[in-house]
Amino acid sequence: MTEALRPYTLIAELTYRCPLRCVYCSNPLDYARHDAELETADWLRVFREAEDLGVVQLNLTGGEPLVRDDLETLITAARELDLYTNLITSGIPLRRERLERFRALGLDNVQVSVQDVRAAESDRIAGHRAFERKLEVARWVKELGFPLTLNVVLHRENLDRVADVIALAERLGADRLELANTQYLGWALLNRAALLPTREQLDGARAIAADARQRLRGRMEVLFVVPDYYRDVPPACMDGWGRRFLLVSPDGLALPCHAAHTLPGLRFDNVKDRPLAEIWEQGAGFNAFRGEAWMPEPCRSCDRRTVDFGGCRCQAFQLTGRADATDPVCTLSPDHGLIDGARAAAATPSQTSVHYRMARPSASGQP
Amino acid sequence: MLSTSARPRLAGKARLRFDRKSTRYMLLYPEKGLVLNPTGADILKLCTGEHTVAAIVEQLAAKYSKAAAEVEPEVVAFLQTMADRGLVQDVP
Repeated sequence: MTEALRPYTLIAELTYRCPLRCVYCSNPLDYARHDAELETADWLRVFREAEDLGVVQLNLTGGEPLVRDDLETLITAARELDLYTNLITSGIPLRRERLERFRALGLDNVQVSVQDVRAAESDRIAGHRAFERKLEVARWVKELGFPLTLNVVLHRENLDRVADVIALAERLGADRLELANTQYLGWALLNRAALLPTREQLDGARAIAADARQRLRGRMEVLFVVPDYYRDVPPACMDGWGRRFLLVSPDGLALPCHAAHTLPGLRFDNVKDRPLAEIWEQGAGFNAFRGEAWMPEPCRSCDRRTVDFGGCRCQAFQLTGRADATDPVCTLSPDHGLIDGARAAAATPSQTSVHYRMARPSASGQP
Repeated sequence: MLSTSARPRLAGKARLRFDRKSTRYMLLYPEKGLVLNPTGADILKLCTGEHTVAAIVEQLAAKYSKAAAEVEPEVVAFLQTMADRGLVQDVP
């Protein structure tokens, strides 16, 4: 294995359970089928094996990681391995005493999400009355001395309030603000018509974020992630397939990203069946899109192939039906018209309803 | 600008970790990490809030057998970059 293929970050999706039902949830559409969760001992072994492989960062996420009652044990083990341990949470359900315990156990950072700056709008996106409680949790995070990351997912309903989002982050004393535009995969793709902003909205918000980044330099890190749909070339999704990130799903699949197991024809190993190092180095799924041999034209002869690695495989599959297609976000993709069409639709307002994340399968039995 | 009388310390979100694979120190913070060269690591290890920038310069100069005047601009520039990224703070 070359140094380039060292995993630095383990994304531990501890559960797909979550009290929220956000319309852009990054869990797969069929998450409810993956209901057999890894046990505490499995996770402890995964952490050890990941650290041995080179992982230094651990994201405890889900679903909602707080619904696992072994989080204290997992944090303890992670810190014994000297992993930089980040809890990524909605803040629901949490009591202050539990957060105090996390602090004592050495948890490094807490990331709290809110869906908007207004309670009604935030709760509507989350499908759950949670906004005021989330703010309270964010205040506890700071009071207990943790660094606070505030994460707000952006879309056409809240992009025009980015200045208010930044003001909220300042009031809370956030150390890092993630203004992360929705990426249109899974649930968000299902809700794209309701969520995709116009270019004008995006440009306006981006300018406000850029000003804030300058003004708050050294105090608050302000990150603004553009939706792929308004790029002309794709970003390096996950820094490239199986290069830097290792994700383990609630039921134990070792994956290069959140949705890789929804791609057809790929085989991913379960951490219960094989050592993690073997999966990372030799697993069929991990090797499927490493390197350049899999690339179609125009990627294969493109100068950017070592920069963007062909873009997002899940986006390519979900839009074209082919996991090995060039990411349609790229203007050189033969399928780029799909993106132009979505942008044009976003510029033409229409009435749309939204699909909340839910466990019930549709009539056809397909998600 | 960071003055030589400032007493820098690592920000609460940043943590040093020795990395066995690269045999270098890394500075870890949310979602990111910097691999440090030996000098960078030496400087950040002294960012505890006790030492002034001037004291850090002296220690670095002694360790690398250089003149303080030669080391100072590099140390100040490095710490300023770290401060701008919110990774090092000045203790008031």
